Amino acid sequence: MSERVGIVAVAQTKYSADRADVNEGELVYEAVKQVLQETGLKFAKDVTGGDALNFGIDASVTCSQDHWDGRTISNCNVMSYVGGHHSDEDKVAEDSLNAVFTACARIMSGHQDVVLVATHCKESQADKWGIENTALDPVFLRVLGLDFLSGAAMQARRYMYKYGITAEQCARVVVKNRANGLKNPLGQGTPAVTVADVLGSQVLASPIRQLDMKPASDGACAMILATEKKAKKLCARPIWIKGVSNCYETHYLGDRDLAECDALVKAAKKAYSMAGITDPDRQLSLAEISEEYSYQELLWMEGLGLCGRGEAGRLIESGTTQLGGKLPVNPSGGMLAGNPTVVAGMARIAEGVLQLRGEAGERQVRGAKTALAHGFTGVCGALQGVMILGKA
Amino acid sequence: MGNRVAIVGIGQTFHKSNRKDVTLQEMVGEAVRAALLDAQMKTQDVEAVFTANMETFENIFLPDAMMADETAAFMKPGLKVATGGTAGASVVEEGFHFVASGLFDTALVIGFEKQDCGDTTAAITGAVTPVWGKGVATGAIGEFAKQALTYMQKTGAKEEHAAMVRLKADKGACRNPYAHLRLGLKSIKEVLDSGYLVWPLKFLEFCPQSSGACALIFASEQKARKITRKPVWIADLVTVHQEPFRAGSFGDPTGKEEYSQDIAVDRLYKRNGITNPIRDICMAEIYEPSNWEEMSHYEHYHFCPRNEGWKMVEKGMTEMEGEFPVNPSGGVIATNPIGATPTIRVAEAALQVRGDAGEHQVTRDVHTAMATALGGPNWTVATLLRRSL
Repeated sequence: MSERVGIVAVAQTKYSADRADVNEGELVYEAVKQVLQETGLKFAKDVTGGDALNFGIDASVTCSQDHWDGRTISNCNVMSYVGGHHSDEDKVAEDSLNAVFTACARIMSGHQDVVLVATHCKESQADKWGIENTALDPVFLRVLGLDFLSGAAMQARRYMYKYGITAEQCARVVVKNRANGLKNPLGQGTPAVTVADVLGSQVLASPIRQLDMKPASDGACAMILATEKKAKKLCARPIWIKGVSNCYETHYLGDRDLAECDALVKAAKKAYSMAGITDPDRQLSLAEISEEYSYQELLWMEGLGLCGRGEAGRLIESGTTQLGGKLPVNPSGGMLAGNPTVVAGMARIAEGVLQLRGEAGERQVRGAKTALAHGFTGVCGALQGVMILGKA
Repeated sequence: MGNRVAIVGIGQTFHKSNRKDVTLQEMVGEAVRAALLDAQMKTQDVEAVFTANMETFENIFLPDAMMADETAAFMKPGLKVATGGTAGASVVEEGFHFVASGLFDTALVIGFEKQDCGDTTAAITGAVTPVWGKGVATGAIGEFAKQALTYMQKTGAKEEHAAMVRLKADKGACRNPYAHLRLGLKSIKEVLDSGYLVWPLKFLEFCPQSSGACALIFASEQKARKITRKPVWIADLVTVHQEPFRAGSFGDPTGKEEYSQDIAVDRLYKRNGITNPIRDICMAEIYEPSNWEEMSHYEHYHFCPRNEGWKMVEKGMTEMEGEFPVNPSGGVIATNPIGATPTIRVAEAALQVRGDAGEHQVTRDVHTAMATALGGPNWTVATLLRRSL
């Protein structure tokens, strides 16, 4: 990338199954407050996007979903808490990795120097199935009663059939991620399970069982991005965005081979080429992958080119993706240990940043130099996003 | 600084109350095809697709993903923004940044709303805080009635002045084949006698619920020069949001409130060397959900001194043939497909700069134009377009 963009601060709330004690604004401010303290930045009134103020924040990009917040223009919920008053604020309505992508473009454009990104979601207060059903075409698909779970079940079934992935291999993802999650002080404390626990849990939509699905979660994440020049002044060890892209799939599930994730392949290819990555499984120190359902970690790993098609099952069995393995995947615990949808993509980036700074505590990957963060939006990965982070 | 960005393709649908003949995706596809045709481009020439609308108006979650085939976003990067009334301008802002950043050389920017399949007023009422706002939520009409009343009391404007603005809008709309309400009004009496919605706002003084879409194609300087002989440059863009529950979001009785409009144009004018807006800018397409709001915006955008917006109307200065034409397209009071509305303002301003507005092309030569958006709790996005940089 021509203009380097640095991430100078990241913060996440502790993820929790129910944050009925705070509203959305208060929740997001828990994270925003930390990044402001870390950088010493303040919300200034005269934000002109230039040198007029001393390291002020030029703009805020928020990410939330009106459907999840139950409120039209859901950034009304948080805009006072992200410095939006009399300032440039915009809301991206996707997975939050795309909000960071947006902030990155704002800085690369030369229009803005320092951008705050913040996201929140409270899954505890909304009806997941009802919301997800409204994402499907009202004429042809909604009437079938489809939601993201039934879509995921079809995708898992097709993927397992085409590539011989087993339910046990999927269960191993849950075992690994929940164990990692317990090492993450921000995790929601989702208890550890065994393969037998997963395989014995209730079927939700065959082949997906209760423990194959992520738990409901509330939380928020914030970060500050800056131009290279400002990043170096704001932070001793900025983490650089080396490559980023996203890509849309077609909406109609019947038009896709659900065992394939072409959009992810394309997004990854672009991000890798920007970052100069030719051999991802060797060049990446770790990958943080958004997996709402256990099969997704395996399928997305293949889409990301971390292994060949159909090989992800054997890779999880070999322990390669465990903490301490050759290519740890989701050392944070991922979504299966508890991250809200919408927030998930930014949580992946935040975790990547902590790893590269060497601040990941018990879940630290030794000598991490390059990290991959992945986020997706919609049914069966309708919009896929990939970001490569680097220490240098 | 990054790449310069130009608008190289403009397309919109014919806006109507009901588009029961098409699905949402098909309707958006009409605008996309029109923009591609205008730029003489194919879908594969577009590198990224950015969309805007309000999900709760149609109750469709992630509509951008749903219509990826029709918007040409399939196997392409892109994203969606949603900021209420300003969404269609917020998406212009993101498209502008993304192309300027060099990440993409071309981008399709789309605003859309299909209000025949939802309940907009119910959804707008859902924009207020659930704890203490729901009890006083009035949708949009109540807010703008308050604004009209405050304006009248503060400035001495008469109901006749607002009716004159409405008549001007209709004149423009009748010359704009894409406009929704093309009424052929003959006199202000028709407006004054149209019955009250909420006093002093009359039936003809509030925007319709339209269904429609508008698409723009942005290109970097190098690409733009190859695509078209008439690129319209996005010189600058300023977004100003404000706290949702200030006392006078719309129509502040104390007169002390700082408006996002003032702050936005102050920044825009300062950064672009504009000292006398109605001299330096040739025309404006502004977001006026009500004709009363248009007079007040003349003042906030410094087209005239405070409390004298209605005098500009009296003198006919903002007519199509006037010294400083405003909303020759008929504006929002004639056409309001909410997510598309700010995109249409930019599109119409760009058509004026190109000289391609047809029957509603203004008399004055337009080398510079401004488009504004209004939304949420009185948020503003102001975009400045130029024929040359």
